[in-house]
Parts: sequence; structure tokens; C-alpha cells
Amino acid sequence: MVGPAPQVFPLVSMRQITKVFPGVVANERVDFAVQAGEIHALLGENGAGKTTLMNILYGLYRPDAGEIWVQGRKVEIRSPRDAIALGIGMVHQHFKLVLPHTVAENVALGLPGTPFWAPARAVAQRLRALSERYGLPVDPDRRVWELSAGEQQRVEILKALIRGAQLLILDEPTSVLTPQEAHELFKVLRNMKAKGHGIIFISHKLDEVLEVADRITVLRRGRVVGTVLPGETTKGELARMMVGREVVFQHTKTACPRGAEALRVEGLYARNDRGLWAVKGVSFCLYQGEILGIAGIAGNGQRELVEVLTGLRRAERGKIFLLGQDVTNRSPRFLSDLGCAHVPEERIRLGTVPALPVEENLILKRHHRPPFCRLSFLNLRSVRAFALRAIEGYGIMTPGPRAPAKLLSGGNIQRLILARELSGKPAVVIAAHPTYGLDVGATEQIRQLLLRQRGEGAAVLLVSEDLEEIMALSDRIAVMFRGEIMGIVPAEEACPEEIGLMMAGERGVRIKG
Amino acid sequence: MRRIGPFLLEPRLTPSRPVVFGVSLAAVVAALLVGAIVFWAYGLSPWRAYAAIGRGIFGSWPSFSEVLRRAIPLVLCGVGLTLAFRARFWNIGAEGQLLAGAVAATGVALFLPAPENLRLPLMFLGGFLAGALWGLIPALLRVKLGVNDVISTLMLNYVMVYIVEWLVHGPWKGPTMRGFAYTDAFPLSARLSYLPHTRVHWLTLVVGLVLAGLVSWMLARTRLGYEVRVVGQNPEAARYAGISFIVVLSLVMVLSGGLAGLAGVGEVAGIHGRLRSPAHISMGYGYTAIIVAWLARGSPLAAVFTALLFGLIFAAGDSMKIALGLPFQITGVFNGLILFFLIGFDLLMFWRVRLGPKGKAWIGRVGS
Repeated sequence: MVGPAPQVFPLVSMRQITKVFPGVVANERVDFAVQAGEIHALLGENGAGKTTLMNILYGLYRPDAGEIWVQGRKVEIRSPRDAIALGIGMVHQHFKLVLPHTVAENVALGLPGTPFWAPARAVAQRLRALSERYGLPVDPDRRVWELSAGEQQRVEILKALIRGAQLLILDEPTSVLTPQEAHELFKVLRNMKAKGHGIIFISHKLDEVLEVADRITVLRRGRVVGTVLPGETTKGELARMMVGREVVFQHTKTACPRGAEALRVEGLYARNDRGLWAVKGVSFCLYQGEILGIAGIAGNGQRELVEVLTGLRRAERGKIFLLGQDVTNRSPRFLSDLGCAHVPEERIRLGTVPALPVEENLILKRHHRPPFCRLSFLNLRSVRAFALRAIEGYGIMTPGPRAPAKLLSGGNIQRLILARELSGKPAVVIAAHPTYGLDVGATEQIRQLLLRQRGEGAAVLLVSEDLEEIMALSDRIAVMFRGEIMGIVPAEEACPEEIGLMMAGERGVRIKG
Repeated sequence: MRRIGPFLLEPRLTPSRPVVFGVSLAAVVAALLVGAIVFWAYGLSPWRAYAAIGRGIFGSWPSFSEVLRRAIPLVLCGVGLTLAFRARFWNIGAEGQLLAGAVAATGVALFLPAPENLRLPLMFLGGFLAGALWGLIPALLRVKLGVNDVISTLMLNYVMVYIVEWLVHGPWKGPTMRGFAYTDAFPLSARLSYLPHTRVHWLTLVVGLVLAGLVSWMLARTRLGYEVRVVGQNPEAARYAGISFIVVLSLVMVLSGGLAGLAGVGEVAGIHGRLRSPAHISMGYGYTAIIVAWLARGSPLAAVFTALLFGLIFAAGDSMKIALGLPFQITGVFNGLILFFLIGFDLLMFWRVRLGPKGKAWIGRVGS
């Protein structure tokens, strides 16, 4: 199924692209084309080869085989400079902006034809015109660190447009946006499409792909599974193409009686690394047998809140009670020994020791207690026995218990962390972005694990930017904005629009739990 | 993958043991090849020079024993440094810690009224404690105040050098030494015995070998060893896991400094029989031990063998001085060359280099 060709030559056409990394075929004979005036979504799980394909198009990698044609001309793209000259622009998932500089300075950086003196001033004028033309309001004189993620993304798009991009590649553009901001972005994309630009929209979120794309190409394990039109497909079919099997979207969430209070937070204040207030008077209660979701855009104090709750950051004011005990500013070990599990946001930097073997990573935090340690000697036999059980029970794909953790994929690292954190029968589980960047299979498994914890009576605090995940798993949803909780609502009464408004700073109805 | 000239470089995630060994050996060989140029610059035939060194070292048991004699302080300091390096604590201070041990041993030998048969054990104990204290200071400074460990350990070396200078020129200057900057000679009960026909104070050697085994076992099998490895490999994860940095780094530096202190005891009680100028007591053993530990890649058992290698270089320095008339400082040249090539060759452990086909001259980023 291929869409109508409005023009003789596609804007960009990649033919039979193959790219092999040591041990992995990242792309195998991939055909992919974008027409002018089209939004073409590239859908696939993590590791399916989407980013590799786009890095080839943007000149960051050279393909091992295959051709790239731009507007009917065969081209060699050796570097991003070549790509830009051919009218290809890319907005990376992690923005490449200089935070202390102004918008205009960022746009002027490396832009050919800008004067040596006061380059930003020369650019500001062109920037305003472009902003207007495409409906991308940004103040050229603002400093980038002051901007929201959505505004920073606009700067990245403007950077590409001012360099004459006819084709824009957007890598997971909605992962940092509120639902409202995502809608704004879609409007901009449709506007650009109407002006004849081609857009490649990389995503693994089915709903938004169906909403915005004109054509959808699905990649799995480096190969094109198929290209479909959004009107002729369903979410279920796309998921099946992506994963290669049926996927359950509805999590069976059995009714769970609310148990005793497990965690109570009263008027908590904390500062971020730069010494500014990041958590401002947060209060909530978390009960056994429930999942409390914390929604919000990244950078609104969720990270600092989690760190304070797990003993990694000082609470400047306020109190934390864990199982009725005042644990304010107690050490991470004290909290973990008391039964507070922590699935950290940065799973490689914080949650594992990449150079150490899987089995030794599995006992981190409990290495000082029996059965793993007696009289400060490690019991290697019980370490190994536990590792084999965990690898089996949690389906951790590893060459063996002695393999260094750095050889594991993201999903398996997360399985390892969950195996470690959940096997101690924790009373409270604090999970920060537990499925971020994982493939559909691992995501499903990890969500089931969290629901099982809830069923077994644990209290789960789920911090996530993925609103769909929060809505699907939580019993109650709290929304954080600039360090404050905008409101706590029961999940069955919440609608995405209401949550989205609170994520943008509207104070909702406070329903104290 | 990257390309440099005709070579293709592929990243290697975990270098295997043969690769690590092969690369290390290649670095040493490369250093010896460049050393050949040094000989040539001196007007000596490199081939004859190396042959003379070989004869000088391997010619007889007493001359070969000099390798062992030189390796003793290197084993002790080197094992301690592997431990510190495993915790990512850059202890550059083994030299000062060694001297601290020598000072304490001298104090016990000359001034402590102790029964004769307890004197040597007390000297070893005192030497360990003094080295431990000298190592503990930078550990506490780093954990409590965030003071850079490289700077503090390095600077404390100079402090200890001048303490020793002051002692041997001032309060501890031996009345029987007629103006030489020596302390009095140790009583016989404070001297270590040698293997026959050598200057190998075997007791210190045995202590070093046993401790190498113990430290190796400790790293693999104890809670402290585990915590050392976690702190060294990922301090963030250590914090997350609730591991106490002050406990781990203090214990590491007590052991690391203590082992260097034992080396100091061995030098004064085994070789010199008195405290004298720091340059004579140590000859840079504490600094060379850094290379010993580096070459051993953090393995205390491997440090025994790398210490022997550098013992060989020191002994070679002796025979170069005697047989070839070169200054003893030539050992410093060889130490430097070996360290230089080791660090340079490290790249080869993490990159596989091969000749690549032509026509693909590009450089890309690694990863996917």
C-alpha cells in the first residue's frame, strides 16, 4: 500500500539501505520515501532501526549499501553539512541548544552568511519573519534556559527552517511535550506541510501517529514491515506490525481495597542542584494497594521529589513518614532497609554498575544483609542462586550471571533493576519513568509487575511523563507543575484534557486523599 | 566504527584477558625499543647494552636477588595502590606513606623501650599505622571537604620528605654519626635477616605476597571489597545503594597507606638499618608503584608480577651504572617510557584495529 504520488520525484527517496554494526543489522534493504507536502511517520520499537535510518539520511552514518535520491538526483551525504545543503533538517530528541545563550544566538551559531560582529542581531529579523510565517512564536531575545521544552523545540525547528530545510526530520518530538503542546506542534507541522515541506515524524506512540501522519511506515528489526495509510489501519494492526504479535492495551486492573497509609508527605520543600526551589510545599498520602501516578512535564520537580523521598536529596522543610515512622532526611540505606524500593529515572547512571556482573548488580542495596553477606563476607553461592532465580523469573536476557551489566539492553537493565527492587517485598515502590525508552514487550511486562505489586499490597508511587501510562495504571493521579501539586484526582474521573491543563499550570480541583 | 588513514577501528566493549595481557606486553616492548634509541644516543650499541644488562642481572643468584630486593617495596606499595585505584581514589602518595612508615619504624627501633623479640612486630605495626594515618588524611579531606585526592596525596609526599629531612638533620641525628645526616644505627633486634648471599629481607617479601593474596580475596569475597568496586565503578550507584563513602574510602586508604608504610619499615629495617635522607630510603618506590598498579590493571595479584618487572628495571639501573657507566637516573627514563606507552596503548584495548578496504574513507560516530 503506497500513497498517491503528487509529484514526479519524491522529495527524498532512500533505496535498499543496509547498515550493519558489529553483530547487529540495523537496517536491511530499507526503502523509504517522502513526498513534498507530506507527513510520513516512521514507527517502530526502540532498536528497530528508525534512528539509524535517519542518521544515515542526516549524514551521521554512511550506509553499507543502498542509495539516497533527493528530488530525483542521486546524492552522497557525507556529513550533516551535506544534508543541510540538500535541504534536510533534523530536530533531535535531545535538543542541541546552548542554554545560557539567547534564541537568536543559538540560531546564528554556525549559520552561514551571518556577519562576524553581532550575528544574533542580523538573525533576529529573519527569525521573526519565519516565526510569523509558520506560526512558531518565539522571542529571539529570550535565553534558552528560560524556555519551556515546547519552546525549545520551536527554536530547533526554526534553526532547521532558517537553514532552508525542505525536509524536516523530527525524532520522537512529543516525548517532552504536554498534550496541549503536542497539539500545537501538530498544527505547525500541518502548516509546514501546506507550504510544501516534507516531514518525517519518528515515534513509537500509535495514537499520535494515527492523528498526524499522511503515511505510516513501520520498521521492525531493521526491516520495513509495511507502509500504510492512517485511514486504512487501526491501532491494533500497527502494534502488531511493530511487535510482530498481538499486544494487549488494556491492563486488567482488579479492584483493590485501599489499605493502610504507607507514605505520607507533609509540606515538603527541596532545592535542585542549582540551589533553586524545585519542590514547593508538596503534600500527599500514599496507601497500600494503590498506585498514585505523578504526572507532569519533565523538570517540574518530579526528579527532586523522588530524590528526597529516597534519601538522595535533603528536605529543607516538611516531613516524610514511611509506615508511620518519621524518616525525613534519613539515609538511602535506612529507607531501603525499611522497605522503600526505588526504580530510578536514570537506570544506567544510578541504578546499575555497568562494569560489574549481572549477579553483583542484583544484590546492590542488599549486599550487606543475609543471605548475601554474613559477618561482612559475601556468600557467593547464595548470590549466584538468587541471580539465577531472578534471571529466570524476570526474563532478563543475559549471556549469564557473570556477564557485565553493560552488555544488557535497556529493557533488560530495567528488568534487572525491578528484579532487585521488587524481590525484597517492598512496602513502598517509587518508580520514576519505569518504561521510558523501552520497547513494547518490556513496557508491558514492567507495567504488569507494578500492577502485581499493587495487588500484593504494596504502595506504588509512579512518576511518568507518559500520560497514557499514568492513566492506565494509577488509582489516583497527582499533577506536578513548577514544584507544586496542582491537584490530585481519582483516575476513573480524570480525562486527559483536565490533566493536560494542570500540567500546564492550571490549578485543578484538589481532592485530598 | 572509525577510520584513520588505512586503518579501521572497531570498538571493543570488554577486552578479554589475552588482549589486556598482549597490549600490556606490547607497551613494555615498545618502551624497550625506544630505550634502545636512548642507548644509541649515548653511543652504545643497544644490542650490547641489553646483553650487558641481561648478564648483569641473570648472571648469578646474588645479582638476580637484587631484582627481588627492589621488588619488595614495589609489591607492598603496588598492592595498596591497586586497592585505592579500584575505589577510584587516586593515591599518588605512596612515597610519603612509605616514608611515614620508615619514620615510625625508626622511632620504635631507637626510642621505644620494648622487649627485644617484640621490637620488629612493633616496628611493622607502627609503620602500618603511620602509613595508614598519612593515607587517611587525604581520604577524609576528600569525603568531608571535597579536596582533590591527586593534589592532597601528592603534596603530603613533600611534607613527609621534609619531616624526614628535618628528623635526620635535627632531633634524630645520630650522635655517633659524626655529622652525617643519619640516625643512629638500629640495634640488631630491629634488623631484618637476609636470604643467604643477598640483601633480600625475606620477611617483608613474605608479608607482601600474603597481603597481595589477602587484598585480592578481600576485593572479590567481602562486603568491603564489593563496596570498593561499586564506589570505584559507579559512585552515583553507590550513593543510590546507600554505601557510605567515608567508611569505604577511609578503610581503603588506611590499607593502601598502611601497606606503603610496611614497605618503609622493610627499607629501614632491612636495607639501611637507620633513617637517612628520603632520596636514599625510597628512590621513588612510591611513584614507581603507581606504574606497577596501573600495569596490573587494578589486580593485586598481577601487581606482584608487575612489581617484579620494575624490580628488574631498578636492578638493571644498577648494572647499567656499573657495566655501562650510565647514570642511575636512566631507570627514571625507562619507568617514564613504560608508563607513557601503557597509557597510549590503552586505546588498543578498547578498539580493534585492522586494515580496511579502500574507498570508504569516512569517519562516523560510534553507536546506533
